[in-house]
Amino acid sequence: MADDGILLERLDGVGRVTMNRPSALNALSNELLGDVVAGLESLDADDAVRVVIVTGGPQVFAAGADLKQLVDASLPDVLLSARHALWDRLKRVRKPIIAAVSGYALGAGCELAMSSDLVLTSETARFGQPEINVGIMPGAGGTQRLTRAVGKARAMEMVLTGRTITAYEAERLGLVNRVVPVEMLEDEALALAREIASKPPLSARLAKEAVLKAFETSLDAGLDYERLCFGLLFGTEDAREGMAAFIEKRSPTYHGR
Amino acid sequence: MADSAPVLLVERANRVAVLTLNRPAVLNAFNDELLDALTRALRDAERDADVGAVIITGTGRAFCAGQDLQARRQMFERGEVPHLGAGLRERYKAMILRVRSIEKPVIAAINGIAAGAGCGLALACDLRTAAEDASLAQSFARVGLAMDSGSSFFLPRIVGLGRAFEIAFTGDPVPAREAERIGLVNHVHPAGELLPQTRALAERLASGATRAIGLIKRDVNRAVSVDLETALDYESYQQETAGRTDDYREGVMAFFEKRPPHYQGK
Repeated sequence: MADDGILLERLDGVGRVTMNRPSALNALSNELLGDVVAGLESLDADDAVRVVIVTGGPQVFAAGADLKQLVDASLPDVLLSARHALWDRLKRVRKPIIAAVSGYALGAGCELAMSSDLVLTSETARFGQPEINVGIMPGAGGTQRLTRAVGKARAMEMVLTGRTITAYEAERLGLVNRVVPVEMLEDEALALAREIASKPPLSARLAKEAVLKAFETSLDAGLDYERLCFGLLFGTEDAREGMAAFIEKRSPTYHGR
Repeated sequence: MADSAPVLLVERANRVAVLTLNRPAVLNAFNDELLDALTRALRDAERDADVGAVIITGTGRAFCAGQDLQARRQMFERGEVPHLGAGLRERYKAMILRVRSIEKPVIAAINGIAAGAGCGLALACDLRTAAEDASLAQSFARVGLAMDSGSSFFLPRIVGLGRAFEIAFTGDPVPAREAERIGLVNHVHPAGELLPQTRALAERLASGATRAIGLIKRDVNRAVSVDLETALDYESYQQETAGRTDDYREGVMAFFEKRPPHYQGK
């Protein structure tokens, strides 16, 4: 494949964004990150798409930010960077996002994987926040999402040493869902996406929001939010259809209403 | 220095790469240079599509005597304490992992004594052939060390716990014939026959369904370090991949057409 921003695909209810700058190991330049976010947003807005995959293909997920864009940046440049807005927009994608990670997911690449809702990896995947090795630190959630995912001790070690961890270590730590052989990554990501895409979309959307609330609020507020979402679904056709189909022992057909 | 010869000889012929440890004056003991050269040569063999199998052997009367103790001795004479852990993590770990991860058969042709980490290297290989007068020794305990270079992982898996403890506790060399009897080596050959016979085996594997062989190696690597359920899941992934290869189709067709299969490694 030639170097060319991103590849955007719609595969039968599943949308896929493939980062495609192999010559730069998919370094997340402002342009590439912008393309990824815009791609995810366009899939998020497409009613025919229910689940989104973000991947870098079999060789590399994304090897960090583009340091060439950062080396001369001043403090105001960085504080006021439009890049922050991109990460905020990523956070507002409503459909489930699956990261399919093979090879390096470092720095911003690791942060992109952690911003996704589920992470499948190949055996070749390596995760890390190596920013400290070049005199900076994670700047797009690396200290926050990593700590929430693996706990303080391991997050500190990764952030302070800049060391990378293997796919199996990431699986043990709960940073990723599971590890598959590299040949099977694309298929497994699609299979997982299709499985989730077959679920009632309003349930998937509210369930994703409720799980994410667990990181934002107190338990009481989170439980209240969950109850509210739970109740809301009882006003939907899909809930009636799902429960009726279960009772009548047939497969449900969902319409997202 | 008198010997400016390369510490590792690399030779490729008939889809087989032969890596020869070449520090005969010190029984091919590992120093940093040799460890790095071996790791690099294995990486090159992995990337080289014209290599289908790898043989590791030694020059002279030893396969490999393990870590070169000369530097250690000088250290003790200076009153220093060595830090063995760091070197193991930096160099031996990379080398042993490379032997396991290369998806091609790696055969140790044990031409003489394989001791300490040299024995560890032989154990990490997929297959072992040995000359009649060769031997394997887990000599660590004899110099006051625990096991390293993967020996504690591979030895009990190859010979079982009971024999592993005896071999490791005593450090006694296991002669080739005895090693063959207990499954520690696959085949023993007269010294002059060791390389030709090993090469014939390697060439046979290198002309087989190499993709399947690579996947089998990955299966076994995973199977020896996880629970049954995970191993069964993993096998199913691997078989899905193998089932899609041209070699599998060719293998099935050849079976029914009662002819030898012609594999492409794809």
